Amino acid sequence: MNVYDIAIIGGGVVGTAIARELARYRLRVALLEKETELAFGVSKSNSGIIHPGTSNPPGSLKAKLCVEGNRLTRKIAKELGIDVKEVGELIVAFSEEDLARLHEIKKDGEALGVPGLKIVDRAWLDKHEPNLSKEVIAALYAPTGAIISPYRWVYDFAENAARNGVEIFTDTKVESIIRKDHGFELIAGARTFKARRVINAAGLYADEVCGMVGIRDFKITPRKGEEFLLDKKRENITNHLIFPIHTKTSKGMLVIKTSDGNPMIGPTAEDISDKEDLSTSREGFEKVLSSVKRLVPSINGDDVIAYFAGLRPVAGDDFIIRHEDKAPGFITVAGIQSPGLTSAPAIALYVVGILKKSGLRLKKKIFFHKHRKKEVHLFAIPLDATKKLIEKDASYGDIVCRCEMVSAKEVRDAIKRGARTMDGIKFRTRCQSGRCHGSFCTTRVMKILAEETGAPVTSVTKRGCGSEIVKEDRSK
Amino acid sequence: MRERDLVIVGGGPAGMAAAISAHENGVKDILLLERDQYLGGILNQCVHTGFGIEYFKEVLTGPEYAERFVKKVRDIPSIEISLRSFVVRLSRDRVLTYLKPGILETIKAKAVIMATGCREKTREMVHIPGTRPAGIFSAGLAQKLINVEGLLPGKEVVVVGSGDIGLIMARRFTLEGAKVKAVIEIQAETRGLIRNVVQCVEDFDIPLYFNHKISRIYGSDRVEKVHVVRVDKDHNEISGSGFDITCDTVLLSVGLIPENELIEMAGAELDRKTNSPVSDGLNKTSIPGIFACGNSFKVYDIADSVTRDSELAGKLAAEYIRGL
Repeated sequence: MNVYDIAIIGGGVVGTAIARELARYRLRVALLEKETELAFGVSKSNSGIIHPGTSNPPGSLKAKLCVEGNRLTRKIAKELGIDVKEVGELIVAFSEEDLARLHEIKKDGEALGVPGLKIVDRAWLDKHEPNLSKEVIAALYAPTGAIISPYRWVYDFAENAARNGVEIFTDTKVESIIRKDHGFELIAGARTFKARRVINAAGLYADEVCGMVGIRDFKITPRKGEEFLLDKKRENITNHLIFPIHTKTSKGMLVIKTSDGNPMIGPTAEDISDKEDLSTSREGFEKVLSSVKRLVPSINGDDVIAYFAGLRPVAGDDFIIRHEDKAPGFITVAGIQSPGLTSAPAIALYVVGILKKSGLRLKKKIFFHKHRKKEVHLFAIPLDATKKLIEKDASYGDIVCRCEMVSAKEVRDAIKRGARTMDGIKFRTRCQSGRCHGSFCTTRVMKILAEETGAPVTSVTKRGCGSEIVKEDRSK
Repeated sequence: MRERDLVIVGGGPAGMAAAISAHENGVKDILLLERDQYLGGILNQCVHTGFGIEYFKEVLTGPEYAERFVKKVRDIPSIEISLRSFVVRLSRDRVLTYLKPGILETIKAKAVIMATGCREKTREMVHIPGTRPAGIFSAGLAQKLINVEGLLPGKEVVVVGSGDIGLIMARRFTLEGAKVKAVIEIQAETRGLIRNVVQCVEDFDIPLYFNHKISRIYGSDRVEKVHVVRVDKDHNEISGSGFDITCDTVLLSVGLIPENELIEMAGAELDRKTNSPVSDGLNKTSIPGIFACGNSFKVYDIADSVTRDSELAGKLAAEYIRGL
């Protein structure tokens, strides 16, 4: 059996960002993901905010990696062909006391190296954010607050890593780890992976994976966040990301712009015990709605077209990123809650540093394909560009998803790039994520997926084994 | 840019009736755009009977009802049918862009009739909390899966809402050998036709709960059960009244919304509550020369009324074109 230099456990934004960074070097790298597709754990419910880096405790890993990650995200996004929308962020003040807090946050942010912070007054807000509550007296403007599609970010990292030689295994759940002279043996069902070093980026399960090598000094607590998406028609209800002043446990409930246009409100923050509990609640909805109405009174609950819950993997106040001296060669990357998405590229570099320090010799490959070809989204391009595409490939004119204007060509391409489930296609193309929620396009997407993968249509799942869409085929 | 006299968007019962009537009222150049690969719209998945009773004084299935109009439309040379054609833009001055495989076309029309039908309200719009597993379908999607694709979506079904499609699908699932465990209606009476309550639910001994709602959906990969509670007249939950129903499928039949995103894009005024065009008369929108008919104008109970009313849209468009 071949031995990998490095096995990464977890195919979320952290695992895939690390994989892509390691792909620069002459290493044999495997990435193991327990779900059927990447980004199906913590990352899929991320808000998609690239935080400017304010509001993190000075001296923390979060503080350092968020500011650095914010900068790196733009650079890597360009290489990987994914849009970062520069919307900017406003933290709002309702009172003089709040305003004093904003000045402190500004000072702390500047000390951390957050660029461009300024306090803006009511006149500025009237001009640039007209739907904001009239009770807001001022705000802290952070121009480097931005948005990205969180799952497409993961897929782009992974695709580029794979192009540069990283081997990706989905439906591969590591159940135990045996320490050997050469390193580690990772048992995943019937398969065993040998690796000299292991990087634990297992999200909600990072504590359990650490436990497999005898490290039990932290525990991951899932902190649930419920979020509610509004109809794309309300895209311009705000121009910026709108934040209240943060509390100790969360950044508060926000009015979020998302990379594909739909405004999003939330998230709640509630510590729970079940790592699989992704349910939403009526209370959550009411809480979010009343909180964000305080920020933007014209938000209307009737505009909600979708909702979901995500779980933040919390391990104390800061990230835990370290080499485990008790298990040499084992690196823990745990507790990557907010601002984890922003920090991911910086976390990847930090992990490379740890690997170096632990004695790994890193030699660059002669050629690293750092660019990825940007995929087409008809909804994001002007009609004359669409016309040219259709003339080149007729199936761009074959519209599958009417709410979001997604063509058969885009769906097929998503499958060619790795989508294997209905959710995987949704995350990559937006098919089924509009106001009809898949009522009109589900059958067509199922058929294309079955056709492209050569599997029967009854095997098509929402998000992996057990979530088959239909029970029986009676057409034959 | 090519100019056309009349462009009709949607080739279901409304669009076809409007096209025929426009022809009969003297319009010589009609382009009928249909998104799907055949005319007939949702009628194609309505294999049950009950169509045509008013219009033809006959009892027909949906596809049979559609076929009568498809034949007529195809026989009229001044109607050009363009299938798999998806309209992406419409402006106030009736410039319209559509895509079809291999083609992106922009045309200017003297008059436009929107016959785009409606969509079903989703679970999200009625805010049912819980998880988001596989097994939650709008009733219309389930109907398409069974009747058009031959795929059985589930075996133990709970229907939310007593809209007509939900009632019809309760019967359809039962005939396919699935167990329909309940129809749950939050209101005190059915939203659907009485004949559907009798023929689709009562005749099959399917329990129909009025004044009840689903307060939560359970299941991680696939639906496992729902929690049902009784509600008072203001739809508030009555505590202590809850019970679980195990099932693998939840069907939603909680109302329809006219599809009017295109005329909204063109600047027509819509009623925020119903999503219908604000109008000073049947089939009119707030933009002169842009008409709407069938379920995109208002949600109808039966297809026969859609046909009858949509004929007026053809006439109105013909008069508008003549008056230019």
